Amino acid sequence: MARTQNSPSDPVTKQRRQVTLYGLTWSMPIVIWQLIFFVFPLIFLFLISFWLVKNYRMVPGFDTINWVKMFSKGYFWDAYWRTLGYAGVATVVTSILAFPCAFALAFKVSPKVRRWALFFLIVPFFTSYLVRAYSWQIFLNDNGIFNTLFALIGLGPFQLLNNFFGTLVGYLTLCLPLVVVLQLTSLANVDRTLIEAAHNLGCGRLRTVFQVIIPLAKIGIILGAVFTFILSFGDFVSPYYLGGSKPPTLSILIIDTTKSGQQWPRAAVVAIVMILTLLTIMFASVAAAYRKRA
Amino acid sequence: MSTKPSKNILLRGYVVLVFIFVFTPILTSFVFSVNSDRFPTIPLGHFTTHWYETIFADPDVWDAFRISGIVSITVAILATFIGFCTAYTDYRYNFTGKALYLSLALLPPTIPLVIMGLAMLALLARINMSGEIYSIVVSHVVLCSPFAMAVIRMRLAQIDPNLESAAWNLGASNWRAMREVIVPFCLPAIASAFCLTAAVSFDEFAVAWFVSGLNKTVPVIILEILQGNTDPQINAIGSIVFITSMTLVVLAQLILMRKTINQTTTGI
Repeated sequence: MARTQNSPSDPVTKQRRQVTLYGLTWSMPIVIWQLIFFVFPLIFLFLISFWLVKNYRMVPGFDTINWVKMFSKGYFWDAYWRTLGYAGVATVVTSILAFPCAFALAFKVSPKVRRWALFFLIVPFFTSYLVRAYSWQIFLNDNGIFNTLFALIGLGPFQLLNNFFGTLVGYLTLCLPLVVVLQLTSLANVDRTLIEAAHNLGCGRLRTVFQVIIPLAKIGIILGAVFTFILSFGDFVSPYYLGGSKPPTLSILIIDTTKSGQQWPRAAVVAIVMILTLLTIMFASVAAAYRKRA
Repeated sequence: MSTKPSKNILLRGYVVLVFIFVFTPILTSFVFSVNSDRFPTIPLGHFTTHWYETIFADPDVWDAFRISGIVSITVAILATFIGFCTAYTDYRYNFTGKALYLSLALLPPTIPLVIMGLAMLALLARINMSGEIYSIVVSHVVLCSPFAMAVIRMRLAQIDPNLESAAWNLGASNWRAMREVIVPFCLPAIASAFCLTAAVSFDEFAVAWFVSGLNKTVPVIILEILQGNTDPQINAIGSIVFITSMTLVVLAQLILMRKTINQTTTGI
């Protein structure tokens, strides 16, 4: 019995090794589509970063001038560090704000409530982020709802819009539901007996959270942080409509460079730098997430 | 874990706060879409349908809805098909380079939309393919197929692997087993993926903004109005977009949920 199952002539095993028309039919569509419409455009973007613009038209060529020009510009590096800083702060703030909510939904409510909570967190994540971010203007602007309420108790007005606070509210709108979902999924899978064990061994509640629960739910927490970083690093809606667009982040720089100056090659330089930064961060975090605890 | 009730109340209050934060922008948009004042402030003015009448009188808005409809349905069909193929490949086969294969399939959502938009525009403009409806479709399929794949892959994880082998042992070909075992089993996930990808495509504004040219979708129209002054029309169009995408995402989830609950109650 065991022999036939492991023998190479077994139909299942054999099919796994042979390239068949059937196998290709299912495996190839994504390869073909993503190579043509995902990988190739990105390679092309890399290529045009060496092209020149003459009379508002791109001319193929190989010239490092776009890279040299962009790297020598103070505003490019300012935007780079600013974007990195914004995304970093957004990552920390979102992770911290999401955690108590994910924790409560994982441990303090019935499975039914948890299921519906998940349901209602997934809905907004896929719902027009553009309009959701913009709606905050009504609350945050100088005559907005928050400042009207503050005035009633004799405070303010505060500037809540066109600064980093506004941008951060936008990033939270984009990322918070997703991060709660990711953290919650990891927390819900934490082995309850380990928590009991910690309690029985006299570990305090807060200490249990930090030394038992958080390390066990590490993957979801890191995954949530990585997604927040990726999304806020690349987002242009929040820094543009809630942060006031000036000073620009890298995404706004790309849009300005593309739409006003026709300087696509220079926008491509910014884009390539962004992709390399994101890939570095992603690989580092994935490595951290799946590393065994030291 | 039993904690002091006061702590639990605090935690629960916090959860409610998070949900208020998440849903406030959506509700606000609805409220101000029927509010008479030109500028969105409190106290509110009176109830009006004026903003809805304004947008429905605008042929550009109708055109945008038509284009968005065509785009999102086409994208949903293609992305769901590609997502299904990929999910099945991942479920059924092991091969060298599979990690690379899966990265290729799942990586697109991690690339910032502005960059995807720029890359697609640069390429499509070069080969005179930008500014058309299909320019938006091809870009959106790239972004949506990973979501379809994820939904269908989760469903395939629940299938009994012996089911397909049983079909082969009973003499069914690969193709027949696919048609009579795999596809029927995945049907709820396929329907769910269709709704989800339609919603993602219907909402996507960045890539569409870059490549759409004169064929503007609804989010692109919204983006362009936003660049002007405060305009309550935004809340009216926004509310319609919310209802559309929320309905699709709710459907996507309900289809899957109902299936799972049915199964747990019947004891599988």
